[in-house]
Amino acid sequence: MNKIEPAAPEAPPQELSPRDRQPRWRGLEAGHRACQGCGEALAARLVLEAAGPDIVVTNATGCLEVFTTPWPQSAWRVPWLHSLFENSAAIASGVEAAMKAKGQRTKVIAMGGDGGTFDIGFQALSGMLERMHNVLYVCYDNEAYMNTGIQRSGSTPHAAMTTTSPPGKERMGKRHMKKDLLSIIAAHHIPYAASTSVSFPADLRRKVRRALDIEGPTFLLVHSPCPLGWGHDASRSIEIGRLAVECGLFPVVELERGELGGVMPIREPRPVADYLKLQNRFRHLFADDHRAREEREHLQALADHNIDKYHLRGDGADPLDTAGIDTVRRGGPLR
Amino acid sequence: MLEALEGSQAVARAVAMCRPEVVAAYPITPQTHIVENISKLVADGKLICELVSVESEFSAASVVLGSSAAGARSYTASSSQGILLMTEVLFNIAGLRLPVVLTCANRAVSAPINIWNDHQDSMAVRDAGWIQIHCADNQEAVDTSIQAFRIAEATELPVMVCMDGFVLTHTLETIEMPDQKLVDKYLPPLNFSRKLDPRAPLSLGTLVGPDHFTEARHSHHAALMKSTAEILAADADWAALTGRSCGGLLTVEGPEDAHTAVITMGSTVCTIREAMSVYPNKRKTKLIKLRTFRPFPAAEIRAACVGCKDVVVLERAISPGAGGILGVEVKAALMGMKRQPVVHEFAVGLGGRDIPLETWPRLMEAVARDEEPSFSILDVELEKLPVEER
Ligand SMILES: Cc1ncc(C[n+]2csc(CCOP(=O)(O)OP(=O)(O)O)c2C)c(N)n1
Ligand code: SF4
Ligand SMILES: [Mg+2]
Repeated sequence: MNKIEPAAPEAPPQELSPRDRQPRWRGLEAGHRACQGCGEALAARLVLEAAGPDIVVTNATGCLEVFTTPWPQSAWRVPWLHSLFENSAAIASGVEAAMKAKGQRTKVIAMGGDGGTFDIGFQALSGMLERMHNVLYVCYDNEAYMNTGIQRSGSTPHAAMTTTSPPGKERMGKRHMKKDLLSIIAAHHIPYAASTSVSFPADLRRKVRRALDIEGPTFLLVHSPCPLGWGHDASRSIEIGRLAVECGLFPVVELERGELGGVMPIREPRPVADYLKLQNRFRHLFADDHRAREEREHLQALADHNIDKYHLRGDGADPLDTAGIDTVRRGGPLR
Repeated sequence: MLEALEGSQAVARAVAMCRPEVVAAYPITPQTHIVENISKLVADGKLICELVSVESEFSAASVVLGSSAAGARSYTASSSQGILLMTEVLFNIAGLRLPVVLTCANRAVSAPINIWNDHQDSMAVRDAGWIQIHCADNQEAVDTSIQAFRIAEATELPVMVCMDGFVLTHTLETIEMPDQKLVDKYLPPLNFSRKLDPRAPLSLGTLVGPDHFTEARHSHHAALMKSTAEILAADADWAALTGRSCGGLLTVEGPEDAHTAVITMGSTVCTIREAMSVYPNKRKTKLIKLRTFRPFPAAEIRAACVGCKDVVVLERAISPGAGGILGVEVKAALMGMKRQPVVHEFAVGLGGRDIPLETWPRLMEAVARDEEPSFSILDVELEKLPVEER
């Protein structure tokens, strides 16, 4: 690999990939060890592109940390700090306090998976929000502990199969509901909390920039399909992410000081089954028995409830109301 | 100037003189007075720093981890359950080689819950990779707190300053508080070599596999072993400025040709010193005041014990099912000496049990009686226990 070969005399000019031709600043470089089609990897790259170089990133233990930093390599072009699984928000609080003490305006972005955010790191996150640190917290929600081999988390959807919520004679996958983390975050009355999805890059980038413009704690929940854990083809991550939003199971919303600000409208809601059937983790819901049917109906009811609760159904009145264009302002205080 | 100060108040003022940029802490007895005093200094504008009042000790340690990595001089303090709640972060701070300073107001560990002094808490994190320095009195706690920043920043190792809960933290003593100008001269502003900086981005806390992990551990161990030089230099330089030394790694008091040595740490040093003067011994006895528990000065202990027939270790913690902790380490240090002393280990003062002066003659009797190495918890009043537990 390190051997220096004389350049071949008529070597063809190197073809640049479409990505390399884009004059974008990359905070997270290529060459890391994520699986093919990893939603989290793409989402992190998009976050960094939108944030720009004047940031410090803290990272909880999890897939993102592991696949980006196998010593002596690192895919990060920004200062990056990983400590533990459950303290990304707390170390970010510390970095931010140091920045304040030194009179620096560098923004701090804390990152974590759903396990590191919904579950084990929740207390540190709540503390960070309550103390009003000037930190953007980004949670990459792939709905399970992927790094340790797909175990259920507080974010795993109801009825999904994981290695600790396997279906069987007595069980239909995860027994409990997906924790409504965004509402809990919003209850801290922080200036800005929003959900978005890696499948809607423009929405994701805009929300990152908006969050970073705000002085104070902000939170982004980024739905991030995981081919390995969800059991779908790596080429379909984006499609599956879109379906999650379009069926209503993953509502894309903005909450300002706890009040609903904007939502991504759904012009024609897709049936939940269209989303479920592409993923192995829901395969047992398509068995020919009444339990499977009941659980499917249950998940459809959850999606319908989200659509009602957040007024997601597009009614055509909004000029931006085309399928999946962006989050548009709906109700809530206009500022 | 001499002032009558409570230990916690004096330590808070000493820490403030070091100009920490970030302080994070969570209340727990007997550490609370330290952070309360720091909070007041901040409120009064006498200390300009980011004071982060966190929701747990876990976050207190995590906040100073983050702020230290960002290049800010960072301080925290805790005790007992708080130290144990921090444990995972303490290992992490050390592994990341961050120059954090922490005061451990030593307290027993639950259950049974007990707020009084022993050393079980700092012993529980003995292997976390921190420098651990014990203070015998409050003057030492002040001086050591200042030295700790200098040591941490020179070695890029975190320093835990251990002071006995209540016995020191809540006791008024006359203390010589140093002058701010003198502290500024002694302790230059921190310039951390690996700080998180967007202009020179570094990745801190990466995944290290089997091919490099051994080397990382070696380098951490080697750094701790080498840190003795800085601990000595920090104390010597402080002594040159103030005329007060805290005793480097350890100090030996008493006749050089003594046949008996007693080794102990923390405020027990002063208790035994006092007892030895009240109950002069027929045998020549020396007192080894151990200041630095990590790095463990094995060679210095061995040198101090040359010529001794008996070595008594008095410690305020145990390893249930094994015996002493300091005792085992002293024994290991003395292994292979030409004339190996008999080591008598005693656990004393557990959970705040008083160590009266008359303990000393009783100890000496036991030493004269026991030919074999032994371990016992002193002053167990068996009649307080049900018969089957005696
Ligand atoms: C205290 C602690 N408990 C457990 C683990 C093991 N562990 C590491 S990563 C992880 C799961 C990560 O899940 P998530 O936060 O959802 O991130 P993902 O890998 O899915 O991106 C677990 C359980 C740990 N590192 N620390
Ligand atoms: S397991 Fe999932 S989250 Fe982890 S790297 Fe693979 S695709 Fe990404
Ligand atoms: Mg996850």
